[in-house]
Amino acid sequence: MDLAILSNWFCQSDSGANLVGTQCAECKTFYFPPQMLGCKNPDCEAIDCEAILLNKVLLSRIGRLWSYTNACQRPPEPYECQGEFKPFAIAAVELDQEKMIVLGQLSAGFEVTQLKIGMLMELVIEPLHEGGHTSQAIWKWRPVFEQP
Amino acid sequence: MNSDVAILGVGMHPWGKWNRNFVEYGVLAARAALKNANVLWRDVQFISASAAPRCGYPGLVAAASFAEALGWQGAELQTCYAACVSGAQALAAARAKILSGACELALVIGADVSPKGFLKPEPGERPDDPNWMRYYLGFTNPTYLALDARRRMELYGATADDFSTVKVKNARHGALNSNARYRYEFTLEQVNRSAMVADPLRLFHICSTSDGGAAVVLSSLAYAKRMAAHCVLLAAVSTCSPRFPNAELTMPYLASDSSLATPPQAFHTANAMQAYEEAGMGPEDLSLAEVYDLSSATELDWYEHIGLCARGQAEGLLREGVTQLGGRLPVNASGGLASFGEAMSAQVLAQVCELTWQLRGQAGARQVANANTGIAVSQGIYGHGGAIIIKR
Repeated sequence: MDLAILSNWFCQSDSGANLVGTQCAECKTFYFPPQMLGCKNPDCEAIDCEAILLNKVLLSRIGRLWSYTNACQRPPEPYECQGEFKPFAIAAVELDQEKMIVLGQLSAGFEVTQLKIGMLMELVIEPLHEGGHTSQAIWKWRPVFEQP
Repeated sequence: MNSDVAILGVGMHPWGKWNRNFVEYGVLAARAALKNANVLWRDVQFISASAAPRCGYPGLVAAASFAEALGWQGAELQTCYAACVSGAQALAAARAKILSGACELALVIGADVSPKGFLKPEPGERPDDPNWMRYYLGFTNPTYLALDARRRMELYGATADDFSTVKVKNARHGALNSNARYRYEFTLEQVNRSAMVADPLRLFHICSTSDGGAAVVLSSLAYAKRMAAHCVLLAAVSTCSPRFPNAELTMPYLASDSSLATPPQAFHTANAMQAYEEAGMGPEDLSLAEVYDLSSATELDWYEHIGLCARGQAEGLLREGVTQLGGRLPVNASGGLASFGEAMSAQVLAQVCELTWQLRGQAGARQVANANTGIAVSQGIYGHGGAIIIKR
């Protein structure tokens, strides 16, 4: 199944892919996935406001690898994957400007053996399942191998 | 104000994969606890039960199902759900009822049935539920546990052998426990050779899921005195929720909170610290600890969350043998989740059973010498956490 809600969580332009989040107009705290119910920071002046002060923003396209793992076994439903299961890697990336960690699959073809905590990671948009039956697109993280 | 209540009795149905209804496990555990407390079912005034979705919600409401099966006797009922921490909330409710003076004798019951394999959400399409969405995207419980394990390796020099050593230790403890599901020892090589599930965690680093039931009889101190009961005391229960921003990546969320505007808050530490404060003691007073070893690496995180050592020092405690039976502060003397497999809504109460037996000196071959104070800590999805302190 394809999920309409996911198309609101990222976007792609000529300059690359970005996650779409929200940001509090008062205390500047970021939220991902984007939420519009109001700021959640209890120290924020806006938390008791009746008016919603959240704006949609594009999150940083580049971050640093916070941790990583992989899925060696097929996850249970609702993960959809017909046919032979191909293990995939997973990255948690820290966005410096937003001061938050965002989880994502690793870009197809990359493996955990190529990763090192702290390395630069770039957001890409790819099919959720490589060669899968669903056309669902999703955000993934791709390692940026810096020149020595 | 003295906020202690008495633990009069405890009972368990052994953990396993029994393929029977959760009510049966709960009823057998409850009868064992009542007998152990030397009180009559008809005298119980409040039944507090922990629910789990797999109890068949919205059909079989846990407290009512247990009360009906044991025979209606008019007690007040309450059922709570707090993911893997449900048992702590059920215990907290019974304790509060007793401390308020609204009842003197309460029975807390948790029982669960688990399917084979990964824990997973109920069927259906619910993209607005974060727990459903993360499975759709391929992120299982071991994903999150493995991310934390990899951080330990990077920041504190933990090794795969350290994680395997935790499993070997807990399996050695569990081999001595007739209520544990897995009652055999493992070698380091066996653990290290098991299938990789979520790098760096292998199959035997990750707790399985089980069936089981546990029950606890609580009373006021005055009631215990009239009974002339040989009881231990429930000194603290903390079920406080996280404070924003939770800077860790926790199940079932796809991102941490942003700590741009406010410094990050350590959640699991807060549970333990609140319990210590409530009990008027600190980690230096502990004789033993039961912690949620959802993975072998998670156990090491807990050493630090509950103040057994500073951040980054857990591997040292493990390697020195401090946390094994015979060490200065045994952790998971019961065998832990490594030997039980998690029966979600019963697991915290199983921790309470173990601490009670230890503090009474009834733990048999796994007895911790001179045990007089213990802590039990737990964690669950959606920001749930629990810390319980029991003393003699």
